[in-house]
Amino acid sequence: MAILETHDLAVGFGQGTKRTTLLSGLNLKLEKGRMVALLGRNGAGKSTLLKALTCDTLPIDGTVEIDGKKSTDIAKRELSRLVALVATERIMGGAFTIRELVALGRQPHTGFLGRLSRHDNEVVDACLEAVGITDKAEQHVANLSDGERQKAMVAKALAQETPIIVLDEPTAFLDVASRIETMKLLHKLAREQDKAVLLSSHDISQSLLLADELWVITNDREVITGSTEQVVMSGAMDRVFGDKSIAFNGNLCDYEAQLPSVGSVKIKCDDPVLERCMVNALLRNGINVEDSCDKTIEIKAVDRIILPNGKIVGTVQEVIDIFQ
Amino acid sequence: MMTRSASHRFAVVTTVLVVALVLLVVACLIFGSVDIAARDVFSILMGDDSGNEAWNIIVLQSRLPMIVTAMLAGAALSVSGLLLQTTFNNPLAGPSILGVSTGAGLGVAIVMLAMGGIIGGVFGETIGSYMATLLGALVGAGVVLIILITFASIVKSSTMLLIIGILISYLASSVISLLNSVATEQGLHSYVAWGFGNFAGVSLEQLPVFGAIIVLSLVASLLMIKPLNALLLGTRYAQNLGVNTHRTRNLLLLITGVLTAVVTAFCGPIGFLGLVVPHIARLALNTSEHGRLLPVTMLTGAAVALLCSLLSVTSPHGIIPINAITPIIGVPIIIYIIINRRRINYFN
Repeated sequence: MAILETHDLAVGFGQGTKRTTLLSGLNLKLEKGRMVALLGRNGAGKSTLLKALTCDTLPIDGTVEIDGKKSTDIAKRELSRLVALVATERIMGGAFTIRELVALGRQPHTGFLGRLSRHDNEVVDACLEAVGITDKAEQHVANLSDGERQKAMVAKALAQETPIIVLDEPTAFLDVASRIETMKLLHKLAREQDKAVLLSSHDISQSLLLADELWVITNDREVITGSTEQVVMSGAMDRVFGDKSIAFNGNLCDYEAQLPSVGSVKIKCDDPVLERCMVNALLRNGINVEDSCDKTIEIKAVDRIILPNGKIVGTVQEVIDIFQ
Repeated sequence: MMTRSASHRFAVVTTVLVVALVLLVVACLIFGSVDIAARDVFSILMGDDSGNEAWNIIVLQSRLPMIVTAMLAGAALSVSGLLLQTTFNNPLAGPSILGVSTGAGLGVAIVMLAMGGIIGGVFGETIGSYMATLLGALVGAGVVLIILITFASIVKSSTMLLIIGILISYLASSVISLLNSVATEQGLHSYVAWGFGNFAGVSLEQLPVFGAIIVLSLVASLLMIKPLNALLLGTRYAQNLGVNTHRTRNLLLLITGVLTAVVTAFCGPIGFLGLVVPHIARLALNTSEHGRLLPVTMLTGAAVALLCSLLSVTSPHGIIPINAITPIIGVPIIIYIIINRRRINYFN
C-alpha cells in the first residue's frame, strides 16, 4: 500500500481571487522503499507540489492521504513523525554542532523540554553513521562544506524516524561529486531503511540513473508518473521544456542544446567517448550528425580525421571548413 | 547531548559570570555617592545597627533595590533581545533597535500626559498611577510588536525589517516630542529624566511587582528552549519538527513585549543591552543552542547592567545616565561582530 497518496489533488499559490492553480487532477502514489524524483522546469510547480504533500500548504482541491489518513486530520506533531523535510532554506544555527543539528530531528519524539533519552542519542548516532558524517559530529554546521551540510540535514530527517522523507532540490548547490554522493545516499536509504524518498531535482542524469520512479511535470502542466524507464520511454522528457532549442537525448540521459545547422555528416568511430566528443564539436559548429547522411567521416583519433574524399585532416575546424 | 568540551565551557562561563556578579553586587553596595566600608555594608545587611541612620537607608532602601532592579532589568532586556533575534531570524534584532522600547516609551508618555505630568519621578505615589504607566508601556510595546509581525510577513529581508524597526522608533519618538511640547514643565522634566535610563527608579515597595513579572517571564522563556532551537532552522523546518510556529512566535513576542515593557516603564528606554548581550553569550559559549545560551544570556545581562549601574554612580561628577554608558559598551562589540561575521560560526 502506498504510504502517501493524493486524490484529484490541485495545488497552486495565492488566495481568493488571486489564486493560481498550477497543477490539478493529481493522483500520485508514493511507496516505501523507493526513491522518486520530481522533475520539471523552473516555475513548473515542483516546490508548490512538495509543500502541499508535506502539508506546509493546504491543497486548492482534492486530498493528500498519508499512512491512510487525510492530511487535514493529522495533527502537526503526528505529521512530524510521518514526513521529514530537507528544504532549501538557509539555516541560522551555524554554531550548532552536527550532532546537535541531527538531534533536533528527535524533537517530534522528545518531551516538552526536549531532553534526549539514551534511545534518542542512539538514534542520533545511528543517523550520523548512516550518512557517513560521524567523524564531523562535533564540528559546527558553519564549518562544513555544502555537501556535508546537506548530509547533516539528511541525517536530521532520518533522526525523525519517519516513513517518508521529502527533499526540495537536495543537490542544488552541490558540485558533481557531492551531487552524486547525495543521490546515492538517498537511494541507499530508501532501500536499506525502507523509506519513501521524494526529491525534486534539476539533475536529470543522476535522477534517471538513481530514481526508481519519476514524476515529470510537463510544460503543459501534466504530471506523468511511472517507473523511470516507463516515463523516459513514454516521451515525457521531451515535454518538460516547451522549447525547441533543447531536446532530450535518451542516450545521454540528459538534455542537449539544439543548434542551427549548416549541413550534416555521418560519423564512423570505434571509440564511443571520442565519438561523443566529436559529435559535440560538430554540433556546436552547426553540423548535424545523422546516420542517414551519405557523407561519412571516419574518426581515428582527435587529430586524425578522414574526410569523405579520403583526405586526412588533423582538426575539427578543417571538417567544418568543408561546409563553408 | 553536550560534548565534554561544550559542557566544560558552559561550566567555566557560568562560574566566571557568577563570580563577576558577586563582585559587582559587592562593589555596587560599597561604592556610590557615598562610599560605605564593606564591613559596615555587611553589618547593615545582617540587620545590625551601623550606627549611621543615613547609611542604613542608603544601603537598604536605595542600593539594594537598585542592584536587584539592575540585575533583573539586564537579564530581561537581554533575554528579550535573544528571543527577538531568534524569532525574526535576525542576529541584529533587539528591543531598542526594533522600536519595541520606543513603543513602550510612547505608551508611558501618553499615560503621563493623560495624568497631567506626574509629580515625584515617573511614577505617581499611588499604585494606580504606576500600574497605569506599566499598562501604557505594555500597550505601546505590543502595538510595535504587532506592526513588526505584519511587516515581517511582507518584507522577507531581515535588513529591511531592521530598518522598519528604526523607522517605527523615529515615528514613536516624534509623537513623544509632540506630546512633550504640550506637556507641563513638570511632566516634561520627569519624562526627560526617565528617558536617560535609570535603575534607581524602582522603590522597595514596587520591587515585588517588577521582580515577579520579570522572573515569571524569564521562567516562561526557559520553557521555550525546545521550539527556539527548532526556529533557528527556519519556520519551515520548525513546522516539520512539529512546532506550532504561529503560536510559538506569538508566545515569544508576548514574553519579549512584557519583559521590554516592564523594564522600560520602570527604568526608561535602555538601549543596546538587548542587542549586545546575546552576542556576548554566543561568543563566550560558541554555540547556537538555547539550552545554554538562554541562562548565560540572563547572567551576562545581569552582570552588564550592574556594571553600567556601577559606572553610572561612581563618577565624581554626579550620576551618569545609563543610556550614556550602554552604547560605549555596546557599539564596539556590535562593530566587532559585524566586521568578523564571516568568521563567527553562529552567523553562518
